[in-house]
Amino acid sequence: MGRPRLWRVVILVAALIYFFGPLVASIKYSLIQANGSYSLGNYAQILSNGALRSSMFTSLEIAGIAAVAVVALMLPTVVLVRLRLPQLTLLVEGVTILPIVVPPIVIAAGLAHLQGSAPEWLVRLWFNHPLPALTPVYVVLAMPFTYRALDTGVRAIDLRTLVDASRSLGASWFTTLTRVILPNVETAVLGAMFLTIALCLGEVVIATIMLYVTLPVQMIQVGAASPGISVAISILSFLFVFVLLFLLSFLAGRRRGSSSVRVI
Amino acid sequence: MIRFEAVRRQYGSVAALAGLDLEIHEGELVALLGPSGCGKTTALRILGGFDRPTSGRVLVDGRDVTDVPPNKRDMGMVFQAYSLFPNMDARSNVAFGLRMRGRDKASRLKRADELLELVGLSEVADRYAHQLSGGQQQRVAIARALAIEPKVLLLDEPLSALDARVRAQLRAEIRSLQQRLGITTLFVTHDQSEALSMADRVGVMQAGRLEQLDTPENVYRRPATAFTAEFVGAMNRLPGRLGDGGQVQVLGQRLSAINANGHQPGAAVEALLRPEAIGLFPDSAGAGEVTQRTFLGSAVRFEVTLDGGQRVLVESSSHDTELAVGARVGVRILAESVAIAAPGEAAPPEAVAALA
Repeated sequence: MGRPRLWRVVILVAALIYFFGPLVASIKYSLIQANGSYSLGNYAQILSNGALRSSMFTSLEIAGIAAVAVVALMLPTVVLVRLRLPQLTLLVEGVTILPIVVPPIVIAAGLAHLQGSAPEWLVRLWFNHPLPALTPVYVVLAMPFTYRALDTGVRAIDLRTLVDASRSLGASWFTTLTRVILPNVETAVLGAMFLTIALCLGEVVIATIMLYVTLPVQMIQVGAASPGISVAISILSFLFVFVLLFLLSFLAGRRRGSSSVRVI
Repeated sequence: MIRFEAVRRQYGSVAALAGLDLEIHEGELVALLGPSGCGKTTALRILGGFDRPTSGRVLVDGRDVTDVPPNKRDMGMVFQAYSLFPNMDARSNVAFGLRMRGRDKASRLKRADELLELVGLSEVADRYAHQLSGGQQQRVAIARALAIEPKVLLLDEPLSALDARVRAQLRAEIRSLQQRLGITTLFVTHDQSEALSMADRVGVMQAGRLEQLDTPENVYRRPATAFTAEFVGAMNRLPGRLGDGGQVQVLGQRLSAINANGHQPGAAVEALLRPEAIGLFPDSAGAGEVTQRTFLGSAVRFEVTLDGGQRVLVESSSHDTELAVGARVGVRILAESVAIAAPGEAAPPEAVAALA
């Protein structure tokens, strides 16, 4: 068994280098100082840099609200289409894929036009802060991914029977959605939320054109002046997403884990 | 008491229910039996509130519930597909309906445990659906449906996904539970032995209509319509010729026809015979050959192909088991009188009645 084992080691090492090489290099780059010594100076600067901090909070707020909004909007839609309006499946699939077909620059141009022509009270309400302005846009942008992720999850369960069972036991539609459907498509929901968060933390085109300073926009600006800080930010956002992913899948796994003594 | 009044359900141009009138008495188990597409499941779903009739109405205890949503109907339902919530253990599944009714945690868990005990599954209360066998899952589903103390229990082919042994056992358990609790039950099945063995009354359905609603004995022995006569139990149609004085010549035997009136002497007719009304005996010069043999336990069912190509179903008790496929056999009609019908036409039910 010497040869296969050797191959496994080779592949594993190659994969580790591929994935962790750039990461280690980035971490090293973010720590190194002009005089060649290592310190956490770049990271300390992120915390002391007020503009960076506020853009980070803005982006996290947008990501969090968009992730919840996407599920709140798309899960009932998927269930409704599956149960009551199967004839609309193709139409809904077509509509949800539109945000990919329409380039972000076009969406931004449309928004800019709206901003210019809308009544002043609406502009003040909607466009004065990146949170109300960008969150709905990102929810729409995330639709192609979230709809498919949720649809796949819902297809995997016997939706009609579970819904009928829940309804016959006295549950309202809302309770059926939150207590019966949601827990059983948990993985798909988490997947949809991650995709949305990743999208919100990476989108620059629309934010830049609309002149909002979100985290990725700020990173580009800071990166032009001091690349070390910019890399430190990307390491932090990577760590943030990683920890979030780990925490959520751990929580989900623990609940299922208690029931997964499968050998009986 | 449950009442369907002229309930129609139209899907496009197809009428799944073509004016169903049905009454189910308090504490009674009524089985709806019929081929797939006959409307039996539609009737059940309409009673459960999962579907709405195009016209007509449904009454429960005199109250019109046609437009009441399923979560306000107080009906427990057991489904054909496994329907336990995968994210909850057996106990939480059973307690779910009580939770929806705002019962406090201690009392609903206590009640759930009582019901799991009732269906003999106390020891698996902490298990999840994927850790239970099919039979156990359906038992938990029954406990869950009963936990809410429903006015009506709806059973949508709950046994059809189970293997034969478990099915027979659960059949008896469901019936005894239903009788013990005195709960009004509508049971939908395409399996006639299930319907005949469990129900107080059997409703035979075809093409969205109720053909007959009667006790299992009467449905089998005194079918009210031609469809019931031929759908419930197997029926042979053997060619014969009507002679004088109500005599009919079938397979070389002279038998008296129960319903010779309406047929001309000398006319070609078909004799209607249940498989158990025909016997087989080994005979190397016999008129037929055994082409299929199915061992049923207490009896054996043979399919015999006569030399003319006519197939005959014969069911006989186990002592004939030595007849194997390919054996030449003689066929003998054991009944002394038969019902007849014009070739290809439906059997008159009152005639079939005398056969069983």
